[in-house]
Amino acid sequence: MEKPTPYIRADLLRRRYRAEKRFRLYGVVAIFLASAILITLLGAIAFSSIPAFTHTYIGLDFDLQAGDMTENIEDNNWHAILRKALYQQFPEVKTRRDKRMLGKLLSIGAADRLAHKFAANPSFVGQKVQVYLPASDDFDLFIKGAIDRTLPESDRLLSDKQIAWIDKLRAQARVKRQFASHVFLAGDSREPELAGIKGALIGSLLTMFVTLLFSLPIGIMAAIYLQEIAPKNRFTDLIEVNINNLAAVPSIVFGLLGLAVFINFFQLPRSTPLVGGLVLALMTLPVIIIAARAALASVPPSIREAALGVGASRLQVILHHILPLALPGILTGTIIGIARAAGETAPLLMVGMLAFIVDKPANITDKATVLPAQIYIWANNPERAFESLTSAAIIILLVFLLFMNATAIGLRKRYQKRW
Amino acid sequence: MSLSLYIMTLFGLAVFSYFLGLKRIRSVVAQQVTAQQRLVPTVPTETGQAPISPTDTTETGHAPISPTDTKQHSVDHFHGLFLALYVFLPPMLLIIIWQACAPFVTNYLLETQLVTIFGTLSQGALNIQIAQVKAVYNGSLAAHMVSEQTTLGVAYYARIQQTFSIILPVIATSFAVVGFMFAYRRIALRFPARRHIEKIAIWFMIAASVIAILATLGIILSLIFETLRFFGKVPISEFLFGLHWSPQIAIREGQAGGAGAFGAIPLLVGTFMITLIAMFVAVPIGLMSAIYLSEYATQNIRDFVKPAIEILAGIPTVVYGFFAALWVAPFMRDMGAALGLTLSSESALAAGMVMGIMIIPIISSLSDDVINAVPQSLRDGAAALGATKSETVKQVILPAALPGIMSAILLAISRAIGETMIVVMAAGVAANLTANPFEAVTTVTVQIVVLLTGDQEFDSAKTLAAFALGLLLFFMTLALNILALRIVRKYSENYE
Amino acid sequence: MTETDKTVKTHKTPEAEDRVKIKARRVNVFYGAAQALFDIDLDMRLNQVTALIGPSGCGKSTFLRCLNRMNDVIDGCRVEGDIYMDNQNVYDETLDVVELRARIGMVFQKPNPFPKSIYDNVAYGPRIHGMTQNKEQLDHIVKKSLRRAGLWDEVKDRLSDTGSGLSGGQQQRLCIARAIAVNPEVLLMDEPCSALDPVATAVIENLIHELRQRYTIVIVTHSMHQAARVSQKTAYFHLGELIEYGDTSDIFTRPQHEQTEAYISGKIG
Repeated sequence: MEKPTPYIRADLLRRRYRAEKRFRLYGVVAIFLASAILITLLGAIAFSSIPAFTHTYIGLDFDLQAGDMTENIEDNNWHAILRKALYQQFPEVKTRRDKRMLGKLLSIGAADRLAHKFAANPSFVGQKVQVYLPASDDFDLFIKGAIDRTLPESDRLLSDKQIAWIDKLRAQARVKRQFASHVFLAGDSREPELAGIKGALIGSLLTMFVTLLFSLPIGIMAAIYLQEIAPKNRFTDLIEVNINNLAAVPSIVFGLLGLAVFINFFQLPRSTPLVGGLVLALMTLPVIIIAARAALASVPPSIREAALGVGASRLQVILHHILPLALPGILTGTIIGIARAAGETAPLLMVGMLAFIVDKPANITDKATVLPAQIYIWANNPERAFESLTSAAIIILLVFLLFMNATAIGLRKRYQKRW
Repeated sequence: MSLSLYIMTLFGLAVFSYFLGLKRIRSVVAQQVTAQQRLVPTVPTETGQAPISPTDTTETGHAPISPTDTKQHSVDHFHGLFLALYVFLPPMLLIIIWQACAPFVTNYLLETQLVTIFGTLSQGALNIQIAQVKAVYNGSLAAHMVSEQTTLGVAYYARIQQTFSIILPVIATSFAVVGFMFAYRRIALRFPARRHIEKIAIWFMIAASVIAILATLGIILSLIFETLRFFGKVPISEFLFGLHWSPQIAIREGQAGGAGAFGAIPLLVGTFMITLIAMFVAVPIGLMSAIYLSEYATQNIRDFVKPAIEILAGIPTVVYGFFAALWVAPFMRDMGAALGLTLSSESALAAGMVMGIMIIPIISSLSDDVINAVPQSLRDGAAALGATKSETVKQVILPAALPGIMSAILLAISRAIGETMIVVMAAGVAANLTANPFEAVTTVTVQIVVLLTGDQEFDSAKTLAAFALGLLLFFMTLALNILALRIVRKYSENYE
Repeated sequence: MTETDKTVKTHKTPEAEDRVKIKARRVNVFYGAAQALFDIDLDMRLNQVTALIGPSGCGKSTFLRCLNRMNDVIDGCRVEGDIYMDNQNVYDETLDVVELRARIGMVFQKPNPFPKSIYDNVAYGPRIHGMTQNKEQLDHIVKKSLRRAGLWDEVKDRLSDTGSGLSGGQQQRLCIARAIAVNPEVLLMDEPCSALDPVATAVIENLIHELRQRYTIVIVTHSMHQAARVSQKTAYFHLGELIEYGDTSDIFTRPQHEQTEAYISGKIG
């Protein structure tokens, strides 16, 4: 009789173990790559956004007399006043060309800023004051070290003379970097040192409001109908197929729909949160319906039976018992859907929400842009200073989205119930 | 009176009607009760239990035949709600329908009036006049900028608007009154107000569900309609088989509406090339991450890595686009230069790689699901035979999960084809028919954006071409999704 | 199934016919194409407990759910035949099923309190049916119902606690209190003790005895001993047919049908 001997070949086994190790390594590398990409992406954007949160300001002396001022302080020719103060600082600058170059060190918005300062502090008139005014973006970049002074003059954004003037200002301690509040408080502008995200943020909020207003009630009603009430027939099958299909349609196609139906057919106003919100609502609707149906389905049937048993009507069962229990799940799905809509750009480009809009929108029928579209607009701007501003806007958008998603996760953790 | 103010008034009326309804049903009940008390002596109550309310007295002596004939059918509250809904809904429906139709009606009236003012007008001139009248009416165009005849049109238009703004509330209010009278009369003891309200509610729910169908229908119809108009200007064969795409340059003379070359092949090639590159990045990383996470990783690593991958999924695509344009593309160009290759700064490679990063979480989370769905018994069986873990994965789990993984990849391809912002920001605009990933290519979505942003008239072939591309995109993604769904269905059947 | 096949052995009962509260005639139930009940004729009498027994899947729960039309909510379920309560057809088109269910209370197999407070559980029915004008009346109903369900003394100090915090037996009594709070005429119980321990079961069985004075009770039970203990009439179902019906004492001592005997003696089931 043959003795059973285990069939083990040592060389083959070694090879198999090596293959095992290799395979495992591929996995580790994949995970490492994914994490590294995430860290690089977020790190690069965060790092490049840092300069945008501060700006360079130049201190200039003003000695204005009440007799020279008009009654309404803001009506004065502040451009002239500003120029005069600047030229006083540099008596050696004589030629017209040089004076213009000197003027370019200050931001275009500096005169406005000066006017506001004086309007806010009427006591400034009649005394010697030093006012800090925003520098131009090139000046700012230079201070932040983004312009290399060792380069030949023709390759630089600032001329040798301008750099000399900046050095003089710095020697007089008239240059300081401050927190750039305009990033949060200003609307869009062609000048990076004046542009802020407030207009886009308001536009985003208005758009999300419209999206929520339409998608949440309609989504919940549709989910209730399909999950709790509808008989299973061809009609409801058709609805379900459509919902699943809508969930997979590329977002830009929703933009085309919005353009063709809302703008051209129903003549709703272009570039407004109303139209943008409607388009995003259609996009979010399947997300909400699918999440709401899952939440409704997770409510145990015993609750339904109990309520029916005491004589609640079908609608009372839903409104009094099932909907309240499913609500956390529905809200979680809704927030995730809305967060996705809040980061969406492509369909909004189709309905004109990438216009350059300085005014902050106050109404859903005002022309507006949204935060992701603002990012797109700024990313296309050639000025170097817009680069860090774009990164800053991205960071703000990501924080906004992170907050929403964290809320959704918190909600799910808090109310998650195992039946 | 502004519309929102009117709707608010209407709402107020509805609230008022609610209370009227409550009053009505209570008085009806009171009448019935006194009438009954005259007919039937009070029901004797159970001994030892003092009656505390009318409801309590009925508890022992249910009427022997059918107590439902004299019992109030619906709770008071529903009668009030019934009345309120009949006051509020008819005028609201009218207003909504009117708002949807008004532009057409006013346009039609204005057109006929303008024709009588000007005599015959060409369609184009008529459109310009209509636009001018509206602009003056809205105040966006100064009144002295237009001709006297147009001013007549403006006056007429203002008259229409004013008339409608008076007529609409009048008709709507009369609807409300009729609704009120109709509903008020029906309130009675046995009137099933609750059932009426539930019926209305269910109709609203059905309407909400139908919106999903309407949206799909809207997408298909609007795309097809515009596409057919496009094919009226550009032959379908040129669109589907043409090798040149340059909608901006008129190359054929004498064609109306500004012409160009509308061959979609270069766009499709570009789209597929970028998608392919994306898949080369996403499939290995996503799949291996999923395998590692579900088969090898400890719980700690899973808890850390899974949310990280989910964050990748939550980043808006415009951010990826910015990342691609600002860092990845220049980095690739420098790398290429170091290796002696010339890369376009808008190379397909950069856009495709960043798109691949975006796709990683889709592949990894979907694959994770299907790998976890493979029964543990298969793993145990393989392990019991002495297979190593990687052999189990490669020879048992992956073959079992393959249909699911295939469908995940198809869904990811569908996402990549429809993705817009990354390619708009990082890929090129010029349509090169090339197979070289170092060159700039353009995609379907990029061209849709290029054609439709900026001010274009709606009828030009350029604008219409965007809809034709949209239709192409819609059907491509639809086909991929249906295919993916089919595979998953077949797969899940195998396991049940 | 033809009419001639049907041989229901019925014991002669002395009660007058007018004591019949619910009368089922030729009830057939289908789930899609499958038939679950075949031509059931059954009378349930006032102030009596009627027990429905039989092996699993015999259709006794299905029959119970026909009485208050709980089968309406199941997709593809079709009920034929007539069920009369007080000579009113339960399946009449014009009858409002909600009103019907307010008149026929139901207690389920597993205790299913709403995830609300004890008070709100009991008060829910009276609230939706508009039974009370003010808080005091509602308080009174809640108290009375809990007392009748034998739960009052155990929960009177924690009415605002959630109902799911009670023990299984208490939960089931809470569900009974909830059912009787709307003042029904009939109480349906679908294996009300199957999820409970013997002590809690005994409490509920005593409760059923008391409730019988006031309501007509139909109870589905898996336990023959329970049927023997609590019911006056017993109906034995087998594979969707009513095999035997009569006084409980008769059924358990002198079953007329060999299937009934086999079930009662533990040979099948």
